[in-house]
Amino acid sequence: MKILSKIYMTLIFIFLYAPIFVLIAFSFNNSKSRIVWSGFTFKWYLRLFENQDILHAFYNTIIIASVSAIIATVLGTAAAVGIYKSKKWQKKLIINITNLPMINPEIVTGVSLMIFFVLIYNIFGFFKPGLITRSCAHTTFCVPYVILSVMPKIRQMDYHTYEAAQDLGCNPIIAFIKVVIPQIMPGIITGMIMSFTMSIDDFVISYFVGGTVQTLPIAVYSMTRKIVSPEINALSSVLFITVFVLLIVINLRQAKDKKIKN
Amino acid sequence: MKIKLKLNLLPYILWMTLFVLIPLMLIIAFAFTTPEGTFTFNNIIYATKYSAVFGRSIVFGAIATIICFIIGYPMAYFISKTKIKYQSVFIMLLMIPMWTSFLLRTYAWMTILEYNGLLNKVVSFFGFEKINMINTPGAIILGMIYNFLPYMILPIYTALSKMDKRVIEAAQDLGANKLTIFKKVIFPLSLSGVISGITMVFVPSVSTFVISKMLGGGAILVIGDLIEMQFLGNSYNPYLGSAISLILMVIILICMGIMNQLEDYSANQNKVK
Repeated sequence: MKILSKIYMTLIFIFLYAPIFVLIAFSFNNSKSRIVWSGFTFKWYLRLFENQDILHAFYNTIIIASVSAIIATVLGTAAAVGIYKSKKWQKKLIINITNLPMINPEIVTGVSLMIFFVLIYNIFGFFKPGLITRSCAHTTFCVPYVILSVMPKIRQMDYHTYEAAQDLGCNPIIAFIKVVIPQIMPGIITGMIMSFTMSIDDFVISYFVGGTVQTLPIAVYSMTRKIVSPEINALSSVLFITVFVLLIVINLRQAKDKKIKN
Repeated sequence: MKIKLKLNLLPYILWMTLFVLIPLMLIIAFAFTTPEGTFTFNNIIYATKYSAVFGRSIVFGAIATIICFIIGYPMAYFISKTKIKYQSVFIMLLMIPMWTSFLLRTYAWMTILEYNGLLNKVVSFFGFEKINMINTPGAIILGMIYNFLPYMILPIYTALSKMDKRVIEAAQDLGANKLTIFKKVIFPLSLSGVISGITMVFVPSVSTFVISKMLGGGAILVIGDLIEMQFLGNSYNPYLGSAISLILMVIILICMGIMNQLEDYSANQNKVK
């Protein structure tokens, strides 16, 4: 039974990782073929960094991810504190609103935002599809995750420390910054990293909002529709390693948290 | 104090109203509007002409969900049986592919399943005929299973690992054999995880358009393709697109309602016993 379960788990992990390793392996393939191996090379990586379109898309992706991660973190942290202190029915209502974008199919979120932005642009003349609309859309689907990672930290926190700071003459805002924020910081950072990675990887919602602005997933999608260049493989390997490192950082942080608690 | 708390929530509520609630209401409004702005049922009626596409999406989604459950449950069970310190490693290994570009992983399957692709290389190496795999319903379902399997495993694992181990010991003490324990104790207690796993696989499967485009070659239409065509394709018609989106949301709501009913029902059954 033990051996069987080990074999089973190995097979599932092979199934999950095989495609990723195929991509990475062929990023070092000398020819353009996706099937025949013709020697080891780094040239696709070098070409990737010379490809202006890809670099531009990368730059946009990072800008959108940073802006939306920061806004989502601020909104989400404030909301998490607010939810914690609000009345029961309010809490329920707000949590339901928070769950809405998580339950709704991505494509519906995407098209609903598209209709919204187009309408606003036609009537008021702002929210022209572009970097701003896409950042707003990304912030929207990231906030719930920030709330979900900050909420448990607030519940663990000793609320009396906040009251004590105020009794000792701190005004509420300074007390919040000096006493509450440091205690919930691990949750805030986890939420921010999650938002950042999700924004980098989002395709479906970005596809519908943001007009012609190129980001990496959009560029990848249009490349897979036409002739595919191994530069995509190189790009995917770079992204895979980046996400891998970020996830290890998140997990080490959580492991450290657990150790401190124990 | 009260005023300050409201200030905390205010930006978030404003944001979500603006970018979640209003857009969703617009979908509903557009679904019942003509391009001239008058009320109509025609969009919905027109959308029902695509019932074959709706049916196909639901069948694909259901098959993918069932297979994910069959493959995923044992995986979650085996992980929950390993030593605690390895469990978090396995869970992380499950999550890493999830955080890697979804498009690129699906693209990798394109290269594997192609007629001259890697899998057929292996097949012909062993002397068999090459199989036509890409651009078939099977390829689309495989893509769904591959992309959403972790969503099935993770909630089931969470439910299994939260379970009180003493309940199993009690069942053993009362003379139940392994199969009975699984049927009467372990499985019912993991049902909440199974149900959230099913929704987490079914919802993205039934609404995808990327997987069907990449692995189905664009010839096999699903709901997601229909919606995409109305908004960004040649047949630009946001009114019809909204109607189809609304129907998709209703289908998903009905499925989730059924799943919740099942969960309540089984919870009551457990209590009675």
